[in-house]
Amino acid sequence: MRENLHRFFRAARGAGVRVSPAESIDAMRAVSEVGFADRAILRDTFLLTLAKTQDEKRALGDCFDLFFSRPEPQEEASEQRKSDDQEKAGGDPAAEAHGGAAGGVQSEIVGPLAQMLLSQDRGAISAAIANASGAASLPDIRYFTQRGIFQTRILDAMGIQRLRDDIDDLTASNPALAERLLDALNGLRGTVRDAVSQALLLYGREEAENLRNEILRNAPLARIEPRQVEQMRILIRQIARRLRERYSKPRKRQRRGHLDVRRTLRRNAAWGGVPFLTAWKRKHRDRPKIVALCDVSGSVARVSDFFLLLIHSLHEVVDDVRSFAFSGNLIEVSRILESKPPEEAMAEIMSKVGFGSSDYGNSLADFEDGWMNTVTPQTTVIVLGDARSNNLDPRADILRRIGERSKRLVWLNPEGRMTWGFGDSEMPRYATFCSVVRQCATAKQLERAVSDIVATYQ
Amino acid sequence: MADTRPIASIEAVESGLAAQGYIASRQIATAVYLSQQIEKPILVEGPAGVGKTELAKAIAAWRGMKMIRLQCYEGLDEAKALYEWKYAKQLLYTQILKDKLGEVLGGAQTLHAALDQLHTFGDVFFSKEFVEPRPLLQALEQPSGCVLLIDEIDKSDAEFESLLLEILSDFQVTIPELGTVSAVAAPTVILTSNSERDLGDALKRRCLHLHIGFPEQRLEERIVESRVPGISQVLRKQMVGFINEIRTLDLKKLPSVSETIDWARVLVLLQASELGHEIVKDTLNVLLKYEADIEAATPQISSFIAKASRQGVFS
Repeated sequence: MRENLHRFFRAARGAGVRVSPAESIDAMRAVSEVGFADRAILRDTFLLTLAKTQDEKRALGDCFDLFFSRPEPQEEASEQRKSDDQEKAGGDPAAEAHGGAAGGVQSEIVGPLAQMLLSQDRGAISAAIANASGAASLPDIRYFTQRGIFQTRILDAMGIQRLRDDIDDLTASNPALAERLLDALNGLRGTVRDAVSQALLLYGREEAENLRNEILRNAPLARIEPRQVEQMRILIRQIARRLRERYSKPRKRQRRGHLDVRRTLRRNAAWGGVPFLTAWKRKHRDRPKIVALCDVSGSVARVSDFFLLLIHSLHEVVDDVRSFAFSGNLIEVSRILESKPPEEAMAEIMSKVGFGSSDYGNSLADFEDGWMNTVTPQTTVIVLGDARSNNLDPRADILRRIGERSKRLVWLNPEGRMTWGFGDSEMPRYATFCSVVRQCATAKQLERAVSDIVATYQ
Repeated sequence: MADTRPIASIEAVESGLAAQGYIASRQIATAVYLSQQIEKPILVEGPAGVGKTELAKAIAAWRGMKMIRLQCYEGLDEAKALYEWKYAKQLLYTQILKDKLGEVLGGAQTLHAALDQLHTFGDVFFSKEFVEPRPLLQALEQPSGCVLLIDEIDKSDAEFESLLLEILSDFQVTIPELGTVSAVAAPTVILTSNSERDLGDALKRRCLHLHIGFPEQRLEERIVESRVPGISQVLRKQMVGFINEIRTLDLKKLPSVSETIDWARVLVLLQASELGHEIVKDTLNVLLKYEADIEAATPQISSFIAKASRQGVFS
C-alpha cells in the first residue's frame, strides 16, 4: 500500500500539486490514522494535507478520482488467487475428469497468458497488466511519443511471445481456438493501450505541460496560431501571477538612523516620556505608475494584445495604469480593458483604432494634446511598437518631451534589432530619447521587460 | 473542565461540534480530527462569514478549553503577539531595590569587584517575572491546553508569518534572554485567512489546509435550524433556496452563512410565515451589503422566490 501511496504522490505532482517530502510524510501519518476504509474520508485527508490552494484542491481531487478509479490490482489478485485455490481444492477431481473443458486443451499445451485469456478471468488479466506495468516501470512515462514503447514492453513482460507461438501452433491443430485467442489478443492490446494512456495522463501531464509552455514562451507572439491564443493567455496570466508574487511584498522599509520623534514620544507616554521604545522613520516606496502606448496596427496588434493583458493583470503591483492604443490616431483604452473580458475588450479596441496604417507622428501629437498631464516624474512610459511610420513625420520631438517629463521611457519593439532603421523604421531616431530600448517578441522577453520595469521601483 | 482525552473518531467530532451549535461538514470534521491526531495547525481559508472563527470557538467550547485569540493586523509585531518586558516594573524594582543593592555591593572595594558581585546575581531583571506574556506565549503556558485562534493572518506582514513558524511546527518559542519555552500541552491552533494576500509556502507547509466555501443547501438548512430554532421548516427551506439563487448572481459580496442566520432571525422577528415579494424587498439589506448588489438583485426577487418554493415541493 505504501508503494501505491508513493505512486499517488508522484501522480499528484504530475497534476501540478506541489507535494514536498514533508507533506507526503504528513499525508502518510494522516492516512495511517484514518485508514483506507472510507474512500470519501481518504480523499478529504489528501485534500487537507497535500493541497494548499483552491486550484490545487481541484487538481488533486481529479487526480485522486483518476488514480483510484481502477480496481486495486494487488488486492484483487490475492482475492482471485484465494478463490482460485478454493475452486481447485473443491473441484480438482471434476476439472481433471473434464480434461480442461474450456476449449478442450491440455494446460501444458498453451502458455499461461493463453490460459488466462481463454478462461476470461478479468481480475487475473488486470492483475497481470498491473504487474507487467510495474516491471516495465510505467510510472516513468513522460511524453506521448513513449506510448508505443511502453505498450510493447508491457505486452512482452506478459509473455506475448509465448502467446504468438501458441497461436501459430494452434492454427494447424485447432483453428477455432486460434481464432478465439486472436480476438482475445486484440482485446488485450486495447486494454494495455488504455492502461498506458491513463498512466500518461497521470504521470506525464506535468512534463508535457512544461514542454508546451517552454515552446510557447519562446514563440514569437505576432505569429502564433489562433488555437494557441487561449493557451498563451493562460501563460500570460501565470506570468502576471509570478510577477505579482515577486513584487507585491510590503513596500515599507524601516530606515534606521532617523528617529521619528513624534511617534517615539507618543509611544513612550506611559513611562513619562522616557524613551524605552524608539520609533524610526519609515520610507514609503512608490508603486509603479505606468502609461502604456500600444501600436495596434497590423503585425504588432497581437503583441499589444498580450502586453495589455499582462499590464492590466498586475493590479496588486502596479498602482495606476493608463493605456492608450493607436495606429493612425490615438485613444485611451484603460476603461475598456478594465470593464470587459480580454477578448471583447481587444475586439472593441480594434474596431475603434485597429488595423489602420500606423502614423506615429500623428498619434504622438494626439497624446501630447490630450494626455500629456498623465505623465509625472514617477511615471514609466512604455511604448510598444515597431516604429514603422510609413515615411510620415516621426515627431521625435514629442517623444523627447515625454522622456523629459517621465521617470523612464521604455520602448519595446517586437522586431529584431537587425531590422531597426531599415525601410521606414524610425527606431534609431526614437531610440536616442528612450531610457531603455529592447526587443520584445516572445512571452519570455515580455516577462523580462515588465519585470525590469517594475523592479526599478523596488 | 478541559477534556484532554484524545478524540475517538470523525463522527465524535461532528456530534461534539453539533452539540455546540456548529454544524460541520464531513471535511471540516476530518480536518479537526486529523489536527488532533497528528498535532498540526489548521489553516482555514474561505470567504467572510462562513464560520471560520466560529469553528475555533466551537472547538474550544466542546473540549472545554480556554480560547486565546490573536487578531492580526498590519504592523503586528512580536511585542504585541509574543511577549514583552515589563519596563515599568523593572524600573520600579530597581528604584525599590536601590538600597538593597547598595548593601550587597557595599562590601566591594573596587568597581571591578562590585561588577563581579553583581554578575553573581544573574539576570534578576530579565527573568520570568518581568515577562508580560502576549497571546502566543499565553497559549504555550496553558497547563491543560487551549485553542489558539490566529485570526486573519493575511492581514499581518510577511515578517510576522516567519515569527509564527517556530510555534506552528514545534509548539515552542525562543526568547533570547530566557531560552526556549516549550508548550506545556500542545495547543490546538487554528489560523484563518480571507486570502487577501497569498501566504508563504513555509507557513502553508506546516498546516492542514481547509477551505470552507458556501455550504450545500441541506447543510445550510441544518445550520439555520440549529442557530435559529424558532423558524418553521417551510420558511427555512424557502429562504435557504432563495439565498442559493442569489449566490448565482454576479455580486460584489455574496451573502454567506452569517447573513443567512441574520436574515432568518429577522424573518422570525417579523413573524413571516413564508417568503413574499414585499418582505424580501424590505429585508434585502440584511443579505446584501452594497447598494449596487441590491439593485442587481431586486428585479429577480419574484422569480427567485418562485424557484425556491418549487424546490420545496419536490425535495
